[in-house]
Amino acid sequence: MTDDDRVFKALADPTRRFLLDRLFVRDGRTLTELESELEMTRFGVMKHLRILEDAGIVVTRKSGREKLHFLNPVPIRLIHDRWIDKFTERRVSALTDLKRQLEKESA
Amino acid sequence: MTTKTAPPDTSLTTQIYRVFIRATPQAIWDAITKPEWTERFGYRVRDEYDLRPGGKYRAYANEGMLSMGMPEVTVDGEVIESDPPSKLVVTWRMAMNPKLAAEGFTRLTYEIEEGRGGVSRLSVIHDLTGTPGHAAMVAGDKQGPGEGGGWTWILSDLKTLLESGQAMSNSQGW
Repeated sequence: MTDDDRVFKALADPTRRFLLDRLFVRDGRTLTELESELEMTRFGVMKHLRILEDAGIVVTRKSGREKLHFLNPVPIRLIHDRWIDKFTERRVSALTDLKRQLEKESA
Repeated sequence: MTTKTAPPDTSLTTQIYRVFIRATPQAIWDAITKPEWTERFGYRVRDEYDLRPGGKYRAYANEGMLSMGMPEVTVDGEVIESDPPSKLVVTWRMAMNPKLAAEGFTRLTYEIEEGRGGVSRLSVIHDLTGTPGHAAMVAGDKQGPGEGGGWTWILSDLKTLLESGQAMSNSQGW
């Protein structure tokens, strides 16, 4: 599996996207904190966090006896640069041109 | 998705960014600490470090920034630890913005680890305790979609520069 595959796979699950949303609001959370927001076993949450960590979207650091989970947005940005920009740029500019054209005509 | 009540949100205190780059730790170290490299990615500013504990760190505005009326020193700080090519710890403050400068210094750590197959891992650990303005800025919160800004954009650009010899389009920067 390539790095991109891992990121796409990690994002292709609602529970994992929910975990990312929670970390986006505030990161540096423990497993216990994250688990308390999901109707899921500790083992289940660990499994999802592991997949996010393998994809590099979640980074963990030890702080004393606790393991803290941080959101790392860089791999998503790289996917964006590689895949999204390429396909949206032309279309967005076509729409902007259309808007400008229509506004000019109605003026 | 069923959720229980979320705990109250507090301001972010530490942000961590990590990127894998096909480059040696030394090449990454140089790109971070040498002005001729720092001028080529991210905000294209000239970073100067006196690489010893207590040494000065300054980032100097480029011509575009100066012509917009920005002050000469954009970021200031002090070197806390320098262990080339694997670890650099500095204090770091947005000197060019009086409101941010008043928040005081943040603490920034770069960790570079050599991996397999010529790929190294760069981690940026930014301790932003008590500096909400800095936290929003380095997270890229003040930028519109696609405008760039913050560590995510800077590190993506650094990766592109080291792997391809050329940074991303400058249209998103200065």
